[in-house]
Amino acid sequence: MAFASWTKSIGFAALALVTAPMALAQTPPAPPVAAPTPSAQVAPAAAAPAAAAEAAPADAAAATALDSSYTPMAPTAGKGMPIEKGLDFQQQYSELGEYAHWLDTSVLLPIIVAISLLVLGLLIWVMIRYRAAANPNPSRVTHNTAIEIIWTLVPVLILVGVAVPSIDLLAKQYKPAPADAVTVKVTGYQWYWGYSYPDNGDFEVVSNMLSKEDAEKRGEPFQLAVDNRMVVPAGEPIRIITTASDVIHSFAVPSLWFKMDAVPGRSNEKMLTIKEPGVYYGQCSELCGARHGFMPIAVEALPRDKFDAWVRSQGGTVKGDQVAAAPAAAPAAATTTSAAQGAAAAAAAPAAAQ
Amino acid sequence: MTTIAANPADLHDHDHAHDDHKPAFFQRWFMSTNHKDIGTLYLIFAIVAGIIGGAISGLMRMELAEPGVQYLQGWATMMQGSEATLDQAYHMWNVLITAHGLIMVFFMVMPAMVGGFGNWFVPIMIGAPDMAFPRMNNISFWLLIPAFLLLLGSTFVPGGSGLGAGTGWTVYAPLSTSGSVGPAVDLAILSLHLAGASSILGAINFITTIFNMRAPGMTLNKMPLFVWSMLVTAFLLLLSLPVLAAAITMLLTDRNFGSAFFNAAGGGDPVLYQHLFWFFGHPEVYIMILPGFGIISHIIATFSKKPVFGYLGMAYAMVAIGVVGFVVWAHHMFTVGLSVNMKMYFTAATMVIAVPTGIKIFSWIATMWGGSLSFKTPMVWALGFIFMFTVGGVTGVVLANGGVDDNLHDTYYVVAHFHYVLSLGAVFSIFAGFYYWFPKMSGRHYSEALGHLHFWVFFVGVNVLFFPMHFLGRQGMPRRYPDYPEAYAYWNEIASLGYAIMAAGMLIFFINIAYALVAGRRAEGNYWGEGATTLEWTLSSPPPFHQFETLPVIK
Repeated sequence: MAFASWTKSIGFAALALVTAPMALAQTPPAPPVAAPTPSAQVAPAAAAPAAAAEAAPADAAAATALDSSYTPMAPTAGKGMPIEKGLDFQQQYSELGEYAHWLDTSVLLPIIVAISLLVLGLLIWVMIRYRAAANPNPSRVTHNTAIEIIWTLVPVLILVGVAVPSIDLLAKQYKPAPADAVTVKVTGYQWYWGYSYPDNGDFEVVSNMLSKEDAEKRGEPFQLAVDNRMVVPAGEPIRIITTASDVIHSFAVPSLWFKMDAVPGRSNEKMLTIKEPGVYYGQCSELCGARHGFMPIAVEALPRDKFDAWVRSQGGTVKGDQVAAAPAAAPAAATTTSAAQGAAAAAAAPAAAQ
Repeated sequence: MTTIAANPADLHDHDHAHDDHKPAFFQRWFMSTNHKDIGTLYLIFAIVAGIIGGAISGLMRMELAEPGVQYLQGWATMMQGSEATLDQAYHMWNVLITAHGLIMVFFMVMPAMVGGFGNWFVPIMIGAPDMAFPRMNNISFWLLIPAFLLLLGSTFVPGGSGLGAGTGWTVYAPLSTSGSVGPAVDLAILSLHLAGASSILGAINFITTIFNMRAPGMTLNKMPLFVWSMLVTAFLLLLSLPVLAAAITMLLTDRNFGSAFFNAAGGGDPVLYQHLFWFFGHPEVYIMILPGFGIISHIIATFSKKPVFGYLGMAYAMVAIGVVGFVVWAHHMFTVGLSVNMKMYFTAATMVIAVPTGIKIFSWIATMWGGSLSFKTPMVWALGFIFMFTVGGVTGVVLANGGVDDNLHDTYYVVAHFHYVLSLGAVFSIFAGFYYWFPKMSGRHYSEALGHLHFWVFFVGVNVLFFPMHFLGRQGMPRRYPDYPEAYAYWNEIASLGYAIMAAGMLIFFINIAYALVAGRRAEGNYWGEGATTLEWTLSSPPPFHQFETLPVIK
């Protein structure tokens, strides 16, 4: 049987060569992991501040209404990403994350450490006190109702104590986002993420992992850095809806205590409030095939005005300024499909405002 | 626990009065109907599978020792005989994790515990001459061989991005259906079907044997705890495996015959598969640990020279764990998008399991309390088991909290948790049982010194290997990744070092077995002395080919 498998494998090896590229061809195009990302994506971004500076002398009102400049925020070392030799959870940047972190650090961790030490202590005690040399004649005691009731009831009480904050945390995590919250629809693909903004013109940002060179060039951690981030406003509730187009993925950001599976045919909704601006990294957390380990997540939280500017830079619209922004935003929306073009539009739009 | 009143001398005479003739080699080992021979076959099978599964984890730890992909492409090239692309290399990683999980669960732990120790000692402990259905016992074992070959064979055929099934041991749809083109996943599913059928037949055999073939006077409430553990395990197998069989059959028809059970586009639901899988999968984790509970109870009692404390509580705690184990499955799916009520229920139900588990831990300690402890090899393994299983158990309580699990789900914290209850729980109990019964099974003593050395090296190794994974998981490192960001390098390197220490411990184990078989001292009937009170100690070592031709009477 084993030999048959070996000989078969030679035949199938040829088949593998045919089927593997076919399987790849069926998925939406994604650059190979090692391939360098087009430099065009970096260049317009770098050009954007220059364009913004040119726009500065323009009419103040027009500038606020039509500001669509965006530069990817530089990540802060150790914030929103794992740290070397770390023992604890990543520092939390959402309120519910802080609550859950508290539940672990102040309730669960002390209890589990105490129980483990209690068992260890008892084991060491009986090993010393009741070793054959110290206690040659064993007792025949096999029952003690009182102690059996105690070691049943005490764990029950401890668990009830744990359950109270635990259930409370769950109830809070399931609070729906307010009706006017920014909605981000997160779609998992093999093997990249798509972020679309249905309430802001329904543009989609496609997010691929950066190669090692590009990540280093941008000063970001390799295997966490992406070309186009999911940008959201900080300090306000966001509605995140996850789904997938092929197999199950999972959208996870450890520093926001957020993980939600992206299941094809389903949309999972969860509220997230990020406390302060920053870049928060995560990674796909449900096995999704060959490049499961290479479709990271980067969430960039911006102050509201900067977020609005980013939306416009992507050719999207922001509620309330459609009328004012229409002349500038409309052509941008018409031309922008990919983020690279969006960034180019970002450079062009302020110039148009002048 | 039971006090055995059978007269050992009497039994001895009877068994040797008959001709103890054994069938010829082929008939004895390939057409066996003898529970002890079948048990031996299962143990040998489990050791072979364990070596393969352990070697695979060695490859994984080698690749993960430092950031970057160092070896995968070379290995994938070797496997397929042509230059492997990066995608094929990454697929190879998924094949490795899948094979490691399936082999360790279905072909190492289960055959060792249920097939090996269960077959060997359940009939003897209840005073029966053999299992109820000896030929079915034989087919249970021989179904495992083609099952294992199918799984190994699947790694040589296409399974999507590369050769082999890269779906994880959970075989989640749609990765396992539309996401894995090629025959590899079909072969892996058929392998699970055969392994499942083998276990169902075994479970039927154990239940029938335990209910119908107990010696006169051995009531259920006098049955040794190992037999109790096997009875509960057999019921878990009988009730959960058909659900797995149904789920993976639906996978097969989704893959090959155009059905859409798990395909949302056709009106199915990928999450349904997860519910079905974990309805089997959660009882499965108790299937892997309950026999270990039984073994540990015997060893603690034997080496404390004291009967087990709270016998009935111990037996019913196992029944409770078995029952509650069936209604907690969705805690494996906390991030899949459950409703808030579901998540609250599964959080609460899961934490309930900590109570009967705690009863067992404390009862073992109470058994030792007031005892006269001798630290022979099986006892040190049992003591190691109690502490390590406690550590694995308390991290389970953390994970049970659905809100906390949102961050830990599918991270290395989960990997650390289940390796503490399996690799340091189930495997420690297997080693404890192996050292406890090896002279009984083989008639030869192993070296105590090597047994202790094996324990200490292995104990240090697995802790260095798995404890840092808690830190990695809390820092957010996801499971099933062939590579990771620089920040995770430190603990990964230490974990890989732990693997090397553990592997050295395994080397000592094999040297010890070889020594025992070649030059080991002959073992007498009851080599553990007065603490060992169950029926196997009334027989010679090894026991006669057919034991209890006259049934022992239990008072």
